[in-house]
Amino acid sequence: MKKIETTTDATLVRQYLEGSEDALSKLINRHKQRIYNFIYSKVFDRDITEDIFQDTFIKVIRTLKRGKYNEEGKFLPWVMRIAHNLVIDHFRKNNRMPKFDNSGDFNIFSVLPDEDLNAERLMVKDQIESDVRELIRELPEDQREVLVMRIYKDMSFKEIAEQTNVSINTALGRMRYALINLRKVIDKHDIVLTKY
Amino acid sequence: MAKLYINQSPNEKVENLKPKEETISFLLNYSKALHVLDGKQMQYENLLN
Repeated sequence: MKKIETTTDATLVRQYLEGSEDALSKLINRHKQRIYNFIYSKVFDRDITEDIFQDTFIKVIRTLKRGKYNEEGKFLPWVMRIAHNLVIDHFRKNNRMPKFDNSGDFNIFSVLPDEDLNAERLMVKDQIESDVRELIRELPEDQREVLVMRIYKDMSFKEIAEQTNVSINTALGRMRYALINLRKVIDKHDIVLTKY
Repeated sequence: MAKLYINQSPNEKVENLKPKEETISFLLNYSKALHVLDGKQMQYENLLN
């Protein structure tokens, strides 16, 4: 009879943090196929997939050993997010440095730029928008309210002032501080929000 | 009509892939070798083989 796996990821993470290397082995073996396939489905290259898979777990190991992991119970989504970010980094690097493959055949598409939002660019765009949304959540309530009304709801400062019962100058000031605080958080955490 | 020289869809292929044993082995050895030391204000990483 097949033995049912009962140890949760959270338990294995705790055991690893307590020094059990075997727990890490179980975590990797449990999720390796899913993470590997996720990466491969984006890059379609075995060698690159292998590199990104390795870098993903190096980051996982370093974060765990540094005691920075705080998403107990959500191990797989956390690892998938790291893998996803590394896939984006890979495409960013390749966009900056287009390369020829040395297979011998000349491929015109490897030198023609594609200005449309292709799959990679869409991923980067989605990631940036998702990062910005998370950053906005960190803002104080009054600043967040003004920023959301202005940027996402496209309201004028007059409308914002009326709806929030403050003067236009106060609304402008809150918007200004919202942007200053966003920049501070971005600088503090070295967050990259550019496409290339 | 153009012939399609493919027997298996890319999605079917993707589901069967796994990382190399060497990669897993490298990661487990890396984990064993990595030690994080806490300083006063920073953490330091040490690779001990």
